[in-house]
Amino acid sequence: MMTQYAHQPAFLTGDEFSIPTFSVLSPDGELYSGADTPPLEQARARRIYHAMLATRILDERMLAAQRQGRLSFYMQCTGEEAAVVGATAALDDADMIMAQYREQGALMYRGFSIDEFMNQLFGNELDYGKGRQMPIHYGSRKLHYMTISSPLATQIPQATGYAYGQKMAGKGHCTLTFFGEGAASEGDFHAALNMASVHHVPVIFFCRNNGYAISTPAVEQFAADGIAPRAFGYRMHVIRVDGNDVLAVYEATRQAREIAVERNQPVLIEAMTYRLAAHSSSDDPSGYRSKDEEEAWRIKDPLLRMQKWLLAKGWWSEEEETREQETLRREVLGTMKRAEKRSPPPLDSLISDVYADVTPALQRQFDQLKRHIRRYPDAYPRGAQSLDLDVRTDTDTQGEA
Amino acid sequence: MPTMNMLQAINNALDIAMAEDEKVICFGEDVGIFGGVFRATSHLQEKYGKARCFNTPLVEQGIIGFANGLAAQGSVPVAEIQFADYIFPAFDQIVNETAKFRYRSGDLFNVGGLTIRTPYGGGIAGGLYHSQSPEAYFTHTPGLKVVVPRNPYQAKGLLLAAIRDPDPVLFLEPKRLYRAAVGDVPEEDYQLPIGEAEITKEGTDVTLVGWGAQMEVIGKAVELAEEQGINCEVIDLRSLLPWDADTVAESVLKTGRLVVSHEAPLTGGFAGEIAATIQERCFLYLESPIARVTGLDTPFPLVLEKEYLPDHLKIFEAIRESVNF
Repeated sequence: MMTQYAHQPAFLTGDEFSIPTFSVLSPDGELYSGADTPPLEQARARRIYHAMLATRILDERMLAAQRQGRLSFYMQCTGEEAAVVGATAALDDADMIMAQYREQGALMYRGFSIDEFMNQLFGNELDYGKGRQMPIHYGSRKLHYMTISSPLATQIPQATGYAYGQKMAGKGHCTLTFFGEGAASEGDFHAALNMASVHHVPVIFFCRNNGYAISTPAVEQFAADGIAPRAFGYRMHVIRVDGNDVLAVYEATRQAREIAVERNQPVLIEAMTYRLAAHSSSDDPSGYRSKDEEEAWRIKDPLLRMQKWLLAKGWWSEEEETREQETLRREVLGTMKRAEKRSPPPLDSLISDVYADVTPALQRQFDQLKRHIRRYPDAYPRGAQSLDLDVRTDTDTQGEA
Repeated sequence: MPTMNMLQAINNALDIAMAEDEKVICFGEDVGIFGGVFRATSHLQEKYGKARCFNTPLVEQGIIGFANGLAAQGSVPVAEIQFADYIFPAFDQIVNETAKFRYRSGDLFNVGGLTIRTPYGGGIAGGLYHSQSPEAYFTHTPGLKVVVPRNPYQAKGLLLAAIRDPDPVLFLEPKRLYRAAVGDVPEEDYQLPIGEAEITKEGTDVTLVGWGAQMEVIGKAVELAEEQGINCEVIDLRSLLPWDADTVAESVLKTGRLVVSHEAPLTGGFAGEIAATIQERCFLYLESPIARVTGLDTPFPLVLEKEYLPDHLKIFEAIRESVNF
C-alpha cells in the first residue's frame, strides 16, 4: 500500500468506524422494513427450527439430570441456538466445524442422534471419545465436527490450518470455527486471523458474543466496540449480526461462505447474543448479574422469534410445536435411561490412542495395573468389569498372595 | 484457633498480604467481584478496590506477561491461572521470562515479587483438561520456585512465604482439597519455609515422599501398612524447586527404602529426579529399588480416573514390595 503522509499529527481510535448489526427479523418475528427474506426454503427452515428446539429441550433435560446427580457436568447453549444453528445451516454439510464447547446445536442440525449425545454425556462404551473427556466434548468425523478441546481458543488457529488444507484439496470446502468473545482475548485468536488473512484461507471465524466469559462481562474483556473491529487490523471481511435473529445469521454466514470458498478470503462474523443459562452446571450467575438483565434477554429468545416467523408463513403450527416438544422430551428421557445403563469403556481404553500403537513401556504399566485390579477388584468396579472377560495368565497370577 | 478449609486459608493469606503491603495486586480470570471460580479471592475486590483485585481478559500469556512487567516495576503481583491445565499459553512467559529475568539482566531487573497461583490435580471428574499435575514442566526450569501445600495450615503459611519470597514462585493448589481439607489455621500472620520438607510421621522401615493432595493418599496407604506392622516415615516435600534432598536422604539412610508418589505420569515425572538423587546419596544403604507410584504415561482420563490414579492401594502394594524385596 502507498504511504500517505500527513503533516499534522492526528490520532485515530477506531471510533471513526461504526459497525452496524445486520438484522432481518424483529423480536416479534416480523421482517424489518428494508430487509429481504434470505433464500431459505421451507424444508431447510423447518430443519433449522427443529434443531434449535431439540437443542433447547436436550439442554433443559440434561441440566435437570445433572441436578439429580445423574450426570457430572453440563453446559447449555440456551439463548444462542439461532447463532449456532443458523450459521451451521448456511454451510455445506461437509464443511468443517471447529467449535468451542457450547455449540451442540450445530451437531443437532447435522443429525447427531440423541443417542450419540447421550453416549458422550455418560462416557459409556459407545462414546466415540471413549469416556475420556468431560460431558459436552462431542466430536463426529462423519458429521465433520472436530472433537471439542476444553482449552479456550486453541481451535481457532487450527481452523485456519484445516481450511488451508481444504483450499489445497480444491473440493470447495471451508471451515467455520465458533468461539466466544472471551476466547477472542487469547493470543491464538489473533494468530489465527492474521495467518488466515496473509495466506488467503477459506475460513469463517464465528464469534458468539454472548456477553460473558464465566463471570467476566464483555466490558471487562475489551475496551473496543466488540470483536468485529479487529478484522480491520488484519484486512479481513467482517460483519456483525443479531445473533438471536436466525435469518440474519443464516444470510450473513451464507454470504461469508461465498467469500471464503469462491474468493479464498477469511471472514469474521460477530453474532450479538446472550448466554441465558449459567456458564456451566458448576456456575451460579446470581453472583455477577441481575435477574432483570436476564429477563430483558429472555424476551429476545431466538426460538420464539423464529417460531413466530414460521407460524406466520404457515410453515409450522401450534399443534406441531406441542407434538414435537413432547416427542423430543420423551426421546431424550428414554435415550438417557438406556445410555446411563451402558457399560463404561473397556479398561484398555486407558492406554489406547496415546499413540497410534501402544508403546512397550506403557504396555508394561498396563499389565501391572491389571494385576493390581485383579488383586483388588472391588476397589475398581469399572476396570474390573471388563477384566472379567480376560483370561488369567500365569504371569498375571505370579506373585499374588 | 479458627477452623478453615484450604480456600479460606488461601483467601486469608491473600487478605493479610494485601493489607500489609499495598504493592500486592491480585488478578486473573474471574477473580474480581466473583472471587474466582473457586472463590479463593472472595471479597478482596470489595476490600482493596478494583485497582488491586481485578478480572483480566481471558488470556493466560497476557496475565503472566503483565505480571512479569508489574513485578519488574516493583509491585508484588499474585496472578491466578484458573486451572493449571490452562497455564500453557503462559509457558513462554514463565519459562523464558519469569525464570530468567534476573539472570539475563545480571540482576539489573528481577520479577522476584511474582507469585503465580493455580489449582492442579485430579480426582474431581475433570478429565483431560481439569486434572493435570504439570509440576515437572516447571521443576525443569532454573529460576523458578515451585511450592505445593497439603492442607489449609500449610497453604496459608507457604503462600505468605511465596508472596514475600525474593524469587518468583509457582504455587500449585491441590483443588481436590480446596473444600475437603479443613483444619486449624492461626488467624495471625505466619510463614512456612520454602525449600524445606517436613517429616509428617517418623518411622523406621520405609520412607514415603509426596506433596500436595497426594499426602492424604499416602496417609491412607501408611495406615494399611502399619496394620501389617510396617513402620513408615512420611515426608511432605512442600517445595519441589528447590527441594530438600537432605531431609529425604537422611530418612532413607535410616530406612533403606523409598517410595515416591505423584499423580502426574511416570516418565519425566518429579519422582524420577528424587530417585536419581537419592540413589546417588544413599546407594550403599538401599535395601530395595526406589519405587515410584504415579499416574500412567497417558493423558488424564475421565471415566477410568480411579484406575489411572496412584491411589492408596497402589502405594500400599509398593510399600509391601519394597519391604519384602
